[in-house]
Amino acid sequence: MSHVDGNSLAGPLSDLFSIDITDAVGRCVGCGDEAVLARAMVYVSGTDLVVRCSNCDDVLLTVVHGPGDLRLTLAGLDALRVAV
Amino acid sequence: MNAVWKVGVVASTRTETPTGRSIQIDVPGWGGNLAGQHVDVRLTAPDGYQAVRSYSIATASPGDRLELAVDRLPDGEVSPYLVDDLLPGDELELRGPLGGWFVWRPEQTGPVQLIGGGSGIVPLMAMIRAHAASGSTARFRLLYSVRTAEDAFFVPELEQLASAHFSIDWVYTRVAPEGWPVPAGRVGPRVLESSTIPASEMPAVFVCGPTGFVEAVADALVALGHAPASVKTERFGGK
Repeated sequence: MSHVDGNSLAGPLSDLFSIDITDAVGRCVGCGDEAVLARAMVYVSGTDLVVRCSNCDDVLLTVVHGPGDLRLTLAGLDALRVAV
Repeated sequence: MNAVWKVGVVASTRTETPTGRSIQIDVPGWGGNLAGQHVDVRLTAPDGYQAVRSYSIATASPGDRLELAVDRLPDGEVSPYLVDDLLPGDELELRGPLGGWFVWRPEQTGPVQLIGGGSGIVPLMAMIRAHAASGSTARFRLLYSVRTAEDAFFVPELEQLASAHFSIDWVYTRVAPEGWPVPAGRVGPRVLESSTIPASEMPAVFVCGPTGFVEAVADALVALGHAPASVKTERFGGK
């Protein structure tokens, strides 16, 4: 399955975050790597997204659209740093 | 971030390659964007089915006119419509501008190496245009990889923009033009070493293209000594 990168998260996650999430630095629970989310690997299925760490491939977050809602999991991120 | 969907009206289209074209769109309230940003495009079928795709913006001008350039993917859901069917006067839903990481700002004065594969030229074109429009004297160098000469986007304008501050290196991966000094071949470490700004000059590097192209190029750049943080990438999927 082909993937794109975290740059593509800007639109879908703008429904949830008021800042540009692609420029935020996330820390991976799996390997501790810190990288801007723009560098993450994004696997797309319809409007659903699985975002993986570009260093260790662990899942950082998922976005799933249900009927009338949007579900976000963040289990693979233990910190997020944004410029203010 | 501005998550609001806006309605744009197609002003014109221009054939760029046998499989791609550029689309000029007027979006009331757009208000400009940074060079390298993208936009989400949403199409809605008569039965209500919606498809959303991200497209890089080729322009970085103030105002409400923007340009996209799209390559038709053989099994694409959205790109065949944009390349083959969309007409001036048609409406498109757009969300953006999006993304603040893969961008170049005119106040950046350091050298910049751009590396594009196919329609991966699009966000780089916005940077090249912003560089020229701002009168920047930062050194810009573009390595543009295309299958054949006719697969290149924006050729007349690129040639016209070449200057003391902006140079272009062409790589043909399938068929080189007649008389071209090197045989057709992919962008590998040797090409990168001979035809890009060396790591010792610490350029900001922007790489955009199909996923395989971007990953091969980014890995080779790091092997050549570029700091991973100085190499920014944008993949648009595909092979």
